[in-house]
Amino acid sequence: MHPVLKLVIQRVALGLVLLLAVSVVIFLGTEALPGDTAQAILGQSATPVSLANLREKLGLNEPALSRYLTWLWAALHGDLGVALTNGVDIATAIGQRLGNTLFLASAAAVIAVPLAIILGLVAARYNGRWPDKLISGITLTTISLPEFVAAYFVIYLLTQVIPIFQPVAMVFPGMGFWERLHAVALPVIVLVMVVLAHMMRMTRAAILNVMQSAYIETAELKGLTPMQVIWRHAFPNAVAPIVAVVILNLAYLVVGVVVVEVVFGYNALGQYLVDHVTKRDLPVVQAVGLIFAAVYIGLNILADVISIVSNPRLRHPK
Amino acid sequence: MRIPLSALVGMFLTASFVFMAVFAQLLAPYPIDSAVGGVWEGPSATHWLGTDTIGRDIFSRLIYGGQITIFVALASSLLAFSTGAFLGFLAAVRGGWVDQVLSRAVDLVMAIPSLIVALVVLSVLPLNLTVLILVIGLLDSTRVFRLSRAVAVDIAVMDYVEAAKLRGERQSWVIFREILPNALTPLVAEFGLRFIFAVLFISTLSFLGLGIQPPLADWGGMVKENKDGLIYGKSAAMMPAMAIAALAISVNLVADWVLSRTSSLKGGRGA
Repeated sequence: MHPVLKLVIQRVALGLVLLLAVSVVIFLGTEALPGDTAQAILGQSATPVSLANLREKLGLNEPALSRYLTWLWAALHGDLGVALTNGVDIATAIGQRLGNTLFLASAAAVIAVPLAIILGLVAARYNGRWPDKLISGITLTTISLPEFVAAYFVIYLLTQVIPIFQPVAMVFPGMGFWERLHAVALPVIVLVMVVLAHMMRMTRAAILNVMQSAYIETAELKGLTPMQVIWRHAFPNAVAPIVAVVILNLAYLVVGVVVVEVVFGYNALGQYLVDHVTKRDLPVVQAVGLIFAAVYIGLNILADVISIVSNPRLRHPK
Repeated sequence: MRIPLSALVGMFLTASFVFMAVFAQLLAPYPIDSAVGGVWEGPSATHWLGTDTIGRDIFSRLIYGGQITIFVALASSLLAFSTGAFLGFLAAVRGGWVDQVLSRAVDLVMAIPSLIVALVVLSVLPLNLTVLILVIGLLDSTRVFRLSRAVAVDIAVMDYVEAAKLRGERQSWVIFREILPNALTPLVAEFGLRFIFAVLFISTLSFLGLGIQPPLADWGGMVKENKDGLIYGKSAAMMPAMAIAALAISVNLVADWVLSRTSSLKGGRGA
């Protein structure tokens, strides 16, 4: 078998094992903690008899392992159970909201990725001079803020100081594409800010790393302009780490999206998760938590696979 | 030794935040939880930063909120450090299956974003200070574990550690008397970063309604209480938001400086 293929298969298999382990943690971790689903539904004042009845009804008296296996088997077939609080089918509820989350996240990604790469290139080109210091200073500030604080700075600036947007992001079924885009403009700006900083800093670092190579010196000595050197010689060699970094940061959107959706009251998966954590609706939390974890792990695997495939040194293992 | 201006500013701001937190009860002009003015009044001589969604003095609540935010962040970063560093050193010294079990467990927790883990766990546990500190501290300890294990692995092969082992010292001696003093410098710089992480984490949880519960409020919770004001053009939510930003940035400035000093220390002992 080709060594690269072998590495890739190993990495994907490892990721799947990790995902399985995470599902065990999410399921059994919540089960092992004090207080169970029946207690959560009935509240602290429930009588022992009604607790026992509800436990029987929910199948909580089965051993944890068999409940986990039943849950996992059903989840793999798309059956995530019903929400405890309102009895709605979880898979249907998720299906309605998943699209909204993906729309928000992909709009942010489409803007953030090219912008981060361009800013990273500019910062690397003017390394140590004022454009670099300006870009690095701004991104350092946004990194040190939590997502919701950054969000309120943007909201304050763009709804109060310069009133061009509404501070809530409502999307309705049946809205046109452009209407939707205008509605999510603010949350997208915030998400771009959140992921841009990391992506840009790591792009800059990747380029600067390559810039120390001998062939860059050769290119400089034969008289190319700095931008030509970066564009023709440094960038192609830095593509692999940059792509890996970009995907890793897209995984970071998973966290950002949860907070930003709550900030803007945007009806999607993150808001759905937080709502049901507050209501202590365990089946929903387990299902949505697993989805977020799966996306995160999946993107991490993808980043690793890309860096394996694009690294020529790994193609010829000793 | 010259301290750069940015680090001085950071130290001064951090110190004043800590001072306000410690003496909150003496400094706050109004009680934490009673309406003393109209709803969403602007800043004035009586209410320096205005009033909030039910007429409480924002300046006083900011001071009390800072006390909670800083206390929770400090307690959880101390917890993160004691457990993370101890287990990290233990993994490095013992090696073998102890190292494998601890490292794989940490890999597993770090494979999911901390916020998602916290949300899942908090859906079952009761929301109180102890639980919040434990959750944030233990999630944060995974990062301390990785760092201290990496540092201790380098130290564990040094001659003086070998010597201590050969003269038959106990494991606790090796960890606390040989490894800890030599690993302290890189860990101190890390402490600032972990503290910021804890501040951001508790603020985010409170903002989502899953952290400090009313009538108490930390800064994240205050943003949540006042966020609807922005729709009517009331900027009360911006005050706690700015406080979080100021604390995070000022601790960052100090940590950056400590980090640059400790990394220059590695080269030679002169600096």
